[in-house]
Amino acid sequence: MSHAPDTTIAPVRRGGLSALWNRLPVVHQVKQSMGLQRGMLVTGLVITGLFVLTAIFAPLISPYGFSQLRDANGPFGAQVPPGGAHLLGTTVGGYDVLSRVLWGAQTALFVIVVAVLLSIFAGVFLGLVSGYFGGWLDRILVVICDAVYAFPSLLLAIVMSIVISGGKSDLVGGVFAAAISITVVFIPQYFRVIRAETVRIKAEAYVESARVLGASNGRIMFRHVLRNATRTLPLIFTLNSSEAILTLAGLGFLGFGIEPSAAAEWGYDLNKALSDVTSGIWWTSLFPGLAIVLVVLGITLVGESLNDLADPRLRGRRSVGKVVSVVAATSVVPGGTLTGGPGGLDGLEGGADGIDADIDSFTDEGFEDRS
Amino acid sequence: MTEAFTTAPEPAGRVSGTARSSDVLSITDLSVTFATDAGAVRAVAGVSLRVAPGEVLAIVGESGSGKTVTAKTILGLLPETATSSGAVFLSSKDGSSTNNVISVGKQKLRQLRGTDVSMVFQEPSTALNPVYTVGWQIMEGIRAHGQVGRAEAKKKAIEILGRVGIPDPEIRVNYFPHQFSGGQKQRVVIAMALVLDPGLIVADEPTTALDVTVQAEILDLLRRCRDDFGTAIVLITHNMGVVADLADRVAVMYQGKVVEEADARTLFASPQNDYTKKLLAAVPHLGQGVVHAADRAAARKPDWAAGTPVVVAEDLRIEYPGRLGRGGFTAVDGVSFSIRPGEVLGLVGESGSGKTTIGRAIAGLTRVTDGSLTVHGHQMNGFKERAFKKLRSDIGFVFQDPASSFNPLLTIADCVAEPLIVHGRAKNPAAARARVDELLEAVQLPRSYGDRYPHELSGGQRQRASLARALALEPSLLIADEPTSALDVSVQARVLELFAELQREFGFAALFISHDLAVVDILADRIAVLYHGKLVEEGTSAEVLGDPKDPYTQRLLASLPVPDPVEQAERREKLRELRTAG
Repeated sequence: MSHAPDTTIAPVRRGGLSALWNRLPVVHQVKQSMGLQRGMLVTGLVITGLFVLTAIFAPLISPYGFSQLRDANGPFGAQVPPGGAHLLGTTVGGYDVLSRVLWGAQTALFVIVVAVLLSIFAGVFLGLVSGYFGGWLDRILVVICDAVYAFPSLLLAIVMSIVISGGKSDLVGGVFAAAISITVVFIPQYFRVIRAETVRIKAEAYVESARVLGASNGRIMFRHVLRNATRTLPLIFTLNSSEAILTLAGLGFLGFGIEPSAAAEWGYDLNKALSDVTSGIWWTSLFPGLAIVLVVLGITLVGESLNDLADPRLRGRRSVGKVVSVVAATSVVPGGTLTGGPGGLDGLEGGADGIDADIDSFTDEGFEDRS
Repeated sequence: MTEAFTTAPEPAGRVSGTARSSDVLSITDLSVTFATDAGAVRAVAGVSLRVAPGEVLAIVGESGSGKTVTAKTILGLLPETATSSGAVFLSSKDGSSTNNVISVGKQKLRQLRGTDVSMVFQEPSTALNPVYTVGWQIMEGIRAHGQVGRAEAKKKAIEILGRVGIPDPEIRVNYFPHQFSGGQKQRVVIAMALVLDPGLIVADEPTTALDVTVQAEILDLLRRCRDDFGTAIVLITHNMGVVADLADRVAVMYQGKVVEEADARTLFASPQNDYTKKLLAAVPHLGQGVVHAADRAAARKPDWAAGTPVVVAEDLRIEYPGRLGRGGFTAVDGVSFSIRPGEVLGLVGESGSGKTTIGRAIAGLTRVTDGSLTVHGHQMNGFKERAFKKLRSDIGFVFQDPASSFNPLLTIADCVAEPLIVHGRAKNPAAARARVDELLEAVQLPRSYGDRYPHELSGGQRQRASLARALALEPSLLIADEPTSALDVSVQARVLELFAELQREFGFAALFISHDLAVVDILADRIAVLYHGKLVEEGTSAEVLGDPKDPYTQRLLASLPVPDPVEQAERREKLRELRTAG
């Protein structure tokens, strides 16, 4: 028996750096997207990028410090309208609004990073162990996570912040109080997703084949299961980030945030601006509020677009003309076949069947779409 | 919107000479293109076909040939990513109206579906909605097309269920889909397709998900659809036996084109196109393996039979635990067999017969409930993973689905190197590479394929890589669980050949699990037939296939359609006798 004539379309192997660049999670999706989906993704990325840059360069771009009340010309004065030395006016406490908003980005980013870092490792590890081994450990963990879900997250955050720092504290303490309380709420989310994926992957033939080979549990878990289970993480990561900001702002708004002398925090500023609204002082509440809305919107846009792009059925594609292209070598008959898209696995859900699957097996969904 | 039929150009490749105005379906120069991530992909290129009333046209082809896409176009079921050109004219049964499916509006298309054309899907359990009774689902179709009262619709539903051979239709009409067996579910699906008396039924792989014995019954029913209802059928299938059994005319598709079209007897007797010839030659048929088996038996040493068997099962029982308060499910019930060194045992059975469970138990993936199963002298009843681990290097396993048996994130070389690393024969994939290259060459894959990812290989290539992985440690026992059932016929033929070649070369003992008697026949020295967890017959291939003793084996053999219309017609008669006798 002679082996199949090698007509397979050679897998595209771009050279080193550019290949790596194209396979990076977000870059790949931008290239893959089109139309409205691309617009959403790019808008989200631009807003998020601006937010991150602001956070990093806050000390350079903000005119004053976040807790600065006076400069060489004396105190700023309270509730000064926008204009002049204070582009966005000053708050009731006499802080510069623009500086507070810019510095607030730093606090927000700090909280996101700490909260996500804390929850992602614990959540992923617990999910992996729980899903892989199952049994009583799995049941206990699932029950605990369900219990955490049932808890109102803001209430939990308040309790945590009281426990950790007695309600108020300095920058690090305050951020950690917020971050840890958010962590507690987020761990179940990572746990659930990774556990569900693990349970699914555990039944896949390649895991069974590793078991038949006699591979150890640790090897199967980390080499075969974990890497395949993390596909949806960027998505939850972005959605959780926006939730983290909202929780921090909520804490600040309720008065469990960070002292104004320790760090700038949008929720705290909103809280202090409450009474201003009724007296027609709009600038103290508008700008921190806008900052929260914009950042959450940006991050959510990224998350939602990634979600849509990950699903071949939701993903938009360039329409084709009536007479285009040659017949695809989708048949396996004399040997070769073309499977998988240009983006490889990341691009195609259930990567293995790529184009074949797209063409050959649209099932009842197609029917429902049309009728 | 009706168009005069006569204005359409003459389709190429016409065979039958009936007047074209009487055709139920006429496809002219159909092309379908899909928008994918890789750009435009053309699935169907210039296909012209026609179906006369009461005729069964089979469209055969392997995966990716465009047969399913062609079928879906007839019902206007293509997804939004598809662009089609050409003309698909559909006439109603009485010939009163003719529509071009490609250009009609959604409203009209909905009217056509059900009344002029309807569809039978591949998987009956997913084609039925589990939360409604079958009667409700049939009535839904009736009431969607015209003002029909509930009572009248129900009467129609009961009548049609009776006509497709569901016993006690008056009671069964209120049953939910899960209360029917797979074959009965497919009957219900066919009833749904027939209820509005359409002129054409499109059946997309209607028997692929069913067992052979059930398949024979469903094919009989489809034949009755044609004879009793006068319905024309477009049968999409990859199974040449099914084609030989049912089709009047056959169109062979390859890479989006119709390469040959002829009436069934002519096509099977004297295929013209090269591809058709290759396809027909690749179809396994009974009696192929007897010579090989005899050769192998002759080449063995005289004291071979006295050697210690690799696997011995005695009164083996395997149960799956049931839910609380319910008994467990007995998958394997008192089975005894043995596999001697260098011998291939073919394990045949239909779904649910317990054949896969036995394979998994030998590999230590499923626990033995009772009885004794010895693998390489190790008792598997109550086995401990730690004690068994050393023996794992002596067992290879080939899985059914080549798509999922490789970790998608590792290259083929890494995957094949896994067993070497796990058992300490190599430190890392790089160190194992030389051995991996050897193995890839042994399974006739180019060395360079080691650097590819699993999704970059075709099904057949993946299954070969899977063989390479299973053989990496040169095991003396190989378990192959339906290794070719997910592959196309021509690919299957090559993988089977490779398997036989490797078996000769490495001399491993093998348990070859399959539902297809013809496939097992090619490879096995001995065949064991399982039915409902019990071993009903065991013997050499010649004994089991040539002169089956057990009535179930007889029925199984008779149900297997052969790729020859003339012979199949005779076999059909024989099966009918067997059924009435049993």
